[in-house]
Amino acid sequence: MTPADLNTLLPEIVLALFAMSALIFGVYTGKDAVARSLVWATVAVFVLLALWIATTGTGARQAFGGLFQDDPFARFAKVTILLSAAAVLAMSQDYMARRDLLRFEYPVLITLSVVGMMMMVSAGDLMALYMGLELQSLALYVMAALRRGSVKSTEAGLKYFVLGALSSGLLLYGASLTYGFAGTTLFSGILSQLGEGVPLGLLFGLVFMLAGLAFKVSAAPFHMWTPDVYEGSPTPVTAFFATAPKVAAMALLARLAHDAFGAIPGDWGQVVAALAVASMALGAIAAIGQRDIKRLMAYSSIAHMGYALMGLAAGTAQGVQAMLVYMAIYVTMNVGTFAFILSMTRDGRPVTTIDALNQYARREPLRALAMLVLLFSLAGVPPMVGFFGKFTVLKAAVDGGLVWLAVAGAVASVVGAFYYLRIVYFMYFGKEASALDREMSPVQWVMLMGSAAIMVLGVVNLFGIEPAAALAAETLVR
Amino acid sequence: MTIADLAFYAFALVVVAAGLMVTISRNPVHSVLWLILAFISSAGLFVLLGAELVAMLLVIVYVGAVAVLFLFVVMMLDVDFAELKGEMAKYLPMALLIGVILLMQFGLALGAWVQAEGAPGLRRAVAPDPAQVENTRALGLLIYDTYVYLFQAAGLILLVAMIGAIVLTLRHRKDVKRQNVLAQMWRDPAKAMELRDVKPGQGL
Repeated sequence: MTPADLNTLLPEIVLALFAMSALIFGVYTGKDAVARSLVWATVAVFVLLALWIATTGTGARQAFGGLFQDDPFARFAKVTILLSAAAVLAMSQDYMARRDLLRFEYPVLITLSVVGMMMMVSAGDLMALYMGLELQSLALYVMAALRRGSVKSTEAGLKYFVLGALSSGLLLYGASLTYGFAGTTLFSGILSQLGEGVPLGLLFGLVFMLAGLAFKVSAAPFHMWTPDVYEGSPTPVTAFFATAPKVAAMALLARLAHDAFGAIPGDWGQVVAALAVASMALGAIAAIGQRDIKRLMAYSSIAHMGYALMGLAAGTAQGVQAMLVYMAIYVTMNVGTFAFILSMTRDGRPVTTIDALNQYARREPLRALAMLVLLFSLAGVPPMVGFFGKFTVLKAAVDGGLVWLAVAGAVASVVGAFYYLRIVYFMYFGKEASALDREMSPVQWVMLMGSAAIMVLGVVNLFGIEPAAALAAETLVR
Repeated sequence: MTIADLAFYAFALVVVAAGLMVTISRNPVHSVLWLILAFISSAGLFVLLGAELVAMLLVIVYVGAVAVLFLFVVMMLDVDFAELKGEMAKYLPMALLIGVILLMQFGLALGAWVQAEGAPGLRRAVAPDPAQVENTRALGLLIYDTYVYLFQAAGLILLVAMIGAIVLTLRHRKDVKRQNVLAQMWRDPAKAMELRDVKPGQGL
């Protein structure tokens, strides 16, 4: 350990120290009374850290003998994670306070899980990977059960915990097999030991690790926890689940595949392609029967993970770039959509059935329009940014020689468009029903409108994230 | 067969047998006691390997703290383990089938096990040469220097576990009266009570 190591790790250290001091501050002062100011302080810290990482980081550095990697890929993922976590935290504050859920541990837990995510995307070693993953997951399990008086929330937390533990077990088993083959847990060491031909044991290890990580990104067939956890958790927590952790797990998957197993892209490529096609198909078809918008978003996220995995399956730098762009767009769309879902109340009580949106456009034309833009974007309808996200991953898959996967993706996209458009139909042409409340907190309004505006204005140049994603992808795929 | 070999077989046999008894014994308290036996025997195995510190840690931390904690938890929890096991029996055939298939597959992988050419070298490269450094110092170097990042991360994970346990279980009850030791001690008898001399047959 040298000062240079600590210097490389500085953003994570700052965030961890912030979490601990916020905890102490909360305990020794007003407890839950300071929760509101802690939330805003956390949002500010996230945004400042994102700016700091985005502007100061240059080149690729290692710390602790390769355990920790700081490169453009990690920085791209970290900025996305921090900004999305800040957005979700800011818009959740009002909802949590109203339902008496705003406890001062909430921002602390989010901060600690973000530290875990930052460790995940920077992992350069199987042990570092696991530590980051556990830190992130453990905080998420607790947050899922935050509404402890509700059976559904408790069930969500327990289910997430048990299945998460199972997936960690799979991951660890795969990691131990990989260590058995390579004699080291460093990604660079594993890469150096890969020669001609892949022995059966290593293949087992690889598949187990991919399965464990597929649990975390909720890719089919490891998705079964997603709808229940999304439905049972408090809505702001669901919004958080659908954004930052997905980016972190996807980035981790890409890092593991390219940094540790970059020499055998064919072997993990086919597994990832299978996961992608299963997720896209399941996400598109299973969501059709859903009437609860949170469950619907769960299936939507499964389908979107399928598209992101399609970029990864291509095994090229172009594919990783497409994946990163796709994830950034996905997160932005989800922030806007969940801002809307958070505002869905009737007589002050949260409503999550999609029937409640009947004739919404007549009462709130502007919000309905923003939601329409977001849903079109989620479905991948051309003028919106979501279309370009889908287009880049499809193009990467075709260029990577996976034409069948691209065709499957296009078909699933058409099928999936149905359930997004149905919500639009309800909002504009649905039957008259009892109205939703008109009020919406200013932060949620800003997030909804901002995200919708990005979906329209971003078509010009995607706000310049493509070159950054390309740079990130180049450092990963050598 | 040397004494060390004999000791190894004795300890190994006891570990396996105790491990089996942990899972099959009907009384959960007995299970914990078997678990303690398994811990102590594994500590013996570590001593045979020359890893005295790990052996001591196992005895002090696992036997001394963790197992005793288990014992208390098991005794305090009112869980009918026999009923739970009865529930489990329903799923036993299917679980057994899947288990056997998995085991065969793993056996297949293990049978064809190969490791990379450089693997033994890399495996040895991490730890210092045992002939040069005693194992406590070697472990310290690894945990507090080479892998300090992982060590601190593990600490953060435990912090999250602690916060989580408190968030999910602690509730502040306002309707119960709590003991305030300071207030009790500060209480002045002169102010708190009054002595009256009551004459017989008169009352106050």
